[in-house]
Amino acid sequence: MSDKKLAIIATKGTLDWGYPPFILASTAAALGYDTEIFFTFYGLQLLKKKIDVKVSPLGNPGMPMPMAMDKWFPVLGTAIPGMESMMTAMMKSKMKSKGVASLEELRSLCLEADVRMIACQMTVDLFDMNSKDFIDGIEFGGAATFFEFAGESDITLFI
Amino acid sequence: MSNWDNELDASGLNCPLPILRAKKALADMSGGQVLHIIATDPGSVKDFDAFAKQTGNELMESKEDGGKFYFLLKKA
Repeated sequence: MSDKKLAIIATKGTLDWGYPPFILASTAAALGYDTEIFFTFYGLQLLKKKIDVKVSPLGNPGMPMPMAMDKWFPVLGTAIPGMESMMTAMMKSKMKSKGVASLEELRSLCLEADVRMIACQMTVDLFDMNSKDFIDGIEFGGAATFFEFAGESDITLFI
Repeated sequence: MSNWDNELDASGLNCPLPILRAKKALADMSGGQVLHIIATDPGSVKDFDAFAKQTGNELMESKEDGGKFYFLLKKA
């Protein structure tokens, strides 16, 4: 319908921050936007075949803690080993029970809707990442590649 | 007799899944056909309105009944 364009830069590699790029990109694609996501730094975790990201309560006072855990584990408690894995498991089960899609599901929906995904080549090299660990159908490029699309986009988001 | 051509039950699904599923369902339909959508996500009320405005598909009906939301979308 429209020929609007949306460009997103995804820079975060946590479970919670992994959602906005995929939710917005898939929705924009459904609305007819030509959409592209540029994944850089920790955002590259979202392009791995198996997305292994966690949500951390550490340094995140805004995070609602289930079962009044903040009462039992105030501030320092959030640094206890295993807390991250526990919070991640709880968050995932909560999301599932509320009908929130998994990151993998949203990512597939993005790919089905022809959302173009670009992995930052510099970060891949910097962190010695193996391009074989990434999903198929993505491209590798740099800042200039991003601007080629972003320069003519109607909306550009840095997430 | 139902007054729609296709039905999508998006109950239990949360944002943005009802919209994405609706878009997918519409893709398999032809212009002028009507899609009936059932959803439980309260956010879908505004979202389907916005979806219709931006895609040109007509939101013929939007109603709530017993905690569920029902929409009729006519494909452009």
